[in-house]
Order: sequence, then C-alpha cells, then structure tokens
Amino acid sequence: MSTQNAPKQPAAGENARTRPERTSGSGIPVPVVATADQLRGAQLEAPGVYPYTRGIFPDGYTGRLWTFRQYSGFGTAEESNQRYRFLLEQGQTGLSVALDLPTQCGYDPVDAMARSEVGKVGVSLSSLADAEVLFEGIDLTRISTSFTINGTAAIIYAMYLAVADKHGVPREKLTGTIQNDILKEYVARGTWIFPVKPSVRLIADSVLYSNDVSPRFNPISIAGAHVRDAGATAVEEIAYTLANGLAYVDELRRRGGDVDRFGRRLSFFFYVHMDFFDEVCKFRAARRIWARLMRSRYGVQDARAQHFRFGVVCGGSSLVSAQPYNNIIRVAVETMAAVLGGAQSIFTCAYDEPFQIPTEFSAELALRTQQIIAYESGVARTVDPLGGSYFVESHTDRMEEAILAVMREIEDYGGVIQAIEDGWLQLRIAERARERKLKIDRGETVVVGQNEFRRADQSEEFGEVFRLDPQAARRVVERYEAVRARRNGAEAQRALARLRQAAAKDGENLMPYLVDCCHAYATVGEMVRELKAQWGEFREPVRL
Amino acid sequence: MTATAGTPVLRGRRILVAKPGLDGHDVGAKVIALALRDAGAEVIYTGLRKSPEQIARVAVEEGVDAVGLSVLSGSHRELAADTIDGLRRAGAGHVRVFVGGTIPAEDFEYLRGLGVRGIYTSAMPLEEVVASVAQALAERSP
Repeated sequence: MSTQNAPKQPAAGENARTRPERTSGSGIPVPVVATADQLRGAQLEAPGVYPYTRGIFPDGYTGRLWTFRQYSGFGTAEESNQRYRFLLEQGQTGLSVALDLPTQCGYDPVDAMARSEVGKVGVSLSSLADAEVLFEGIDLTRISTSFTINGTAAIIYAMYLAVADKHGVPREKLTGTIQNDILKEYVARGTWIFPVKPSVRLIADSVLYSNDVSPRFNPISIAGAHVRDAGATAVEEIAYTLANGLAYVDELRRRGGDVDRFGRRLSFFFYVHMDFFDEVCKFRAARRIWARLMRSRYGVQDARAQHFRFGVVCGGSSLVSAQPYNNIIRVAVETMAAVLGGAQSIFTCAYDEPFQIPTEFSAELALRTQQIIAYESGVARTVDPLGGSYFVESHTDRMEEAILAVMREIEDYGGVIQAIEDGWLQLRIAERARERKLKIDRGETVVVGQNEFRRADQSEEFGEVFRLDPQAARRVVERYEAVRARRNGAEAQRALARLRQAAAKDGENLMPYLVDCCHAYATVGEMVRELKAQWGEFREPVRL
Repeated sequence: MTATAGTPVLRGRRILVAKPGLDGHDVGAKVIALALRDAGAEVIYTGLRKSPEQIARVAVEEGVDAVGLSVLSGSHRELAADTIDGLRRAGAGHVRVFVGGTIPAEDFEYLRGLGVRGIYTSAMPLEEVVASVAQALAERSP
C-alpha cells in the first residue's frame, strides 16, 4: 500500500491503556462495580422455564452440545465435497454450505453477470447435478446441512429435497437450515433478486411447505449477523432481527400458518464480536424478548414455539489482516461468549478469513478452537454459569431495554418493511459503519496490532496462501453445459412453464413446482428467469 | 499525510463510487462515499450489481474525475481490468480508477499495472484514503 498507517511509537508504559471505556460496545453504561442494587429484584427463573433468559433447555449443553458448523465451500462441487469430508473426519458435526454469488443471485454460470464470480466465494450449484456431487458419500439422515442462501433459498431447498429423494432419504428425516431471510439482504449483504412482497411470499411458501414435508428442517434462519458485521451495534443487531422475525410471523399467519406450529421451526443467526458481555447478554435478553413477544402478541402457548434458537458466527469484521495470528485469539474469546450466551450452533472463522478463503490448515485450527472450549475448558458442564451475576443480570436488563427502544423506533417509522423499502435502515447502517470506522481510525476503539501495539517492522505474513484452482470455473461451466445437453429438455421446459403459471397465482405454494423443476434438471438461472418474468426485480433505493 | 478531517481537499471533484459484479457488501463503498463527500467531492454511488460496461457508461455520462471500485468477492482483477478497458473504449481513459475492498497485497502490482491509481483496504484510515485520492487527482496524467 502506498500510504501505510504509520506505526505509533508509544513512550514506555504509555501504551497500556489504564482507563478502559466506561460504556459497552453498544453504548450501554457499565458500572465499575455491579452490586445487588443494580438488579431489579425479580427472582430469576430456571433454565428451560419461560421466558428462558437462562436458556431454552433445562439441561443446557449437558444434554446436547452445540453443533460445530464451519461455513465452507468453493469452486466445484467435487472440491467442496472433499473439504466437507475432511471437516467431518475432523469431528465437525454439521455442514454449512457457502455458495458462489451467481448461485446466490440467480444467474447461471455462463451469464455475463456471473462470469468473474463463478466458484469464488462459495461452491457453484447450478442444477441438481451439482448437488448430487456435493453430497456424495455424506449421510443426510445423520448430518444436518445449513445453507447460507436467501434470494434463491426456496430453489436450493427444493434441490436439497430432490437430492434426498435421489439418495433414498425420506424427506422427514432431513435436518438442517436454509437462511431464507430476504429482509436483511435488502439492508446488508445484497443478494436480493425480486421485490420485497413476492420475496416474502416465497419465504412463506418454503416455511409452510417445509413444516409439512421436512418437519425437522429449519426453513428460515432470521439473521442479524450481516447487519452487525456491516456496522450495527449488538443492540441494533438483535432489534432489527427480531423486527424482521415479527414481519415473517405476520406474513405466515396471513397465509394461514399456525404460529404454534411454524413457530417451532423459526431459528436465528448472529455475529459474535469482541465486546464480551454485550455478546453474552444480548442472547440472554433476546431469548426472553422473543418468548414474551410470541406469547403476548400472538398468544403462542407451545413452549417450543416460544424458543429463541440461534446459531452464531464468530469473527467476521472483528478480524483484521494486521498481525493475522491474533485473530485466533479473538475467535477463541468470541466462541467463549457464544457458549456462555447459549448458542445452538457455532461457526468459528479461520484467522485468514479477512483476506482469503481458509486453507485446510486454518479451517482445521478454527474447528479445534471450538473443540478445545467444548472438551477442555469445562464451560459446558453447567447451564448458564454466569446466571445470577450482578453484572450479567443487570447488563442483560439494560440490553433488553435498549433493544426494545430500537424496536419501538422501527415500529414508529412504519414497520421494518417500510424502513427497508425507503432505504432508511440501509442509511442508518452506513452511518453506523462510518462511526465504527472513525472510532478505530482515531484509536478510540483499540484493535491490537492495527491501531495500537504495532511494530515498525510488522509483517503481515499469514502462512499458507489459499489458491483457488484456476480451472474450477471452467469445470463448473462444463458440467452445466453437459447437464443441459443430456437432460430431457422438453420435460424441463414443461416444469418451468408450470412454475411460471403458479407464480402468477398469489396463494399458490411454489415449492412443489420448484422441486419438479429440480428433478427435471432445470437450472437455478432458468427458474429465476421464470419468476422474474412474473415479479420483476427489486429496485434498490440508493440513499446516501 | 496532511489532510485533516473536514478539509475540503476534494472540492470541485466528481467521483463515482461503484459496486461492480455481484458482490453485495456495500458498507465499505458507502463509508468511502460519505468520507469523499465530507471532503468536498460530489459523489455519485451506483448501488449494487453493475457491470463494468454500465459503470464506464455512467462515468462518461456524469463526467466524473474518478471511479472508485469496491470489490470484496475476490474478483477485483477481472472487474478492474474490464472497467478500465470500458473507460478507454468510451474515450474516458483520463478518468482515474481506484480500487478498495478485500485486495491481497500480491495483487497490488497487477492492479497498478492496469493503471489503478490507489488501492485501499479496510484497515486504512479514511483520512488517508481521502488524501491519497486528492493527491492522485492533483497529479497530471501519466
């Protein structure tokens, strides 16, 4: 870089900050000493008891450990299948499929828009033929699979059902998750395709269909992770996500869904960054806010439909390229916070993720981080070990108040869908991102190795370099062409035509049509084209 | 670097901040756009998912001095090359091109060889990014 940040040369004893900030990362005041006076005095209920502040299960991790689920995928289905088998051999307990941007945005690998992105940030799945290779030799009755997929989530879910059919696996035995949360894509992450209303319809279709045919599968994972990584505070992350959750519940009820039933299969997904107690307490607060909302707003009686179940990712933008091995320590601290917050599944980022797709070495190290915390540290031995701490309980209370205040602000604006369509929420995230960046630039937020404790001779060396096979994109395109040549073209066209007709009818569930398309080896791009023809595309509100 | 916050070192400059390709991570682009605007520039932001051809066309239509490309998907080599090519073919080879995002150091030389005038990653302070853009715009064309 032409203008490198000049390393600070602290005087002896000056660089150790002796006076840490008095507010948390979310801006909540933190007492020097927490005492019983800070507690609200209410008796704290046991874990597994409404409103579940201390956890949704009475036995916590002693009954079942969290799932070790490393996000992974790149290049061709063959390469990704190999990485999955490697991770499973190393003791990973669930898969998490990273898809490339053409698959996420609904373009076939030969599309002009897709050309430079095939197989880059994830694996390319353009038709059932790719999915067959991706899951070869993996027992879908035993391993749960999570897909970070949104714009084309219903299609990828249909493809997963079709793969299960091919493997002879009964659909009702499938476990796993599709992210399927389009609202946050409009705010951060950006893999939207259709306008908001038909997109939300497609989500309702997949959730209701999944409840019937694959009742152990999570058809939505309402995600705050991406707005958080983009700039939102921990408080805003939870508030926006719960607001999105309510919007989905409203839509599902409008479509005739029974909240006591579909509510059991709603799941959530968040980032864990470095402000330890904000992270622990946001989950404790979110559990009870969600349970109370489900009961008070919708009259949910079923305990499982009140449960706030969530997965997390540790790392993301809290990791930096300066002194990259420090990221290993950051991820360990964050994983500890996730566990003390009661996460159901954890993805630990590899230390090299700020600048490349993890190598096999760094991916293994990230998985080992979880295993060391799970099996050596003993933190999973007792449920909610921080429960009852003066500070943790009072901080949970304050996080809860702050989250509810942000949720009220969104409601006053006219609801989350309005806020997204206007670009209001997007602008707010951008402003927050700027604040976060300026705090780091000014040294108000310390990032060790980047804005403090740099060495003049600091190397940004990070070990092994990941090299994507330069031929991967070509092989993706070859299989795509081969599939189109060998499939029954007339059958694929008939399935696509039926999909288009169904899309024109509001209230018709599109999932059976999508599964038929997948079985006929119609491609993701073809299915998306049919839907675009009916619904058009989202017009991004560009506000600065 | 001498620029300080609030100094309008980019007054009178028109800059297009663009998201080429399918990458949806737009927060860096928006933060940079806000910082350039704070420094006095007139900033146009394309929004997501623009092809290099579209970006070159907007750059010409808007008569900008510079284009900033934001890429976090690893496709910066192809997308920068195509944008610069598009600008040249549109007779706008004088427009300065900058690239920001997840750019590995080993690609800096390649990008500079294409004619990219500044490469910025997330660790770089905003003030330095602004100063570097201002300096590149003040230099005469090579």
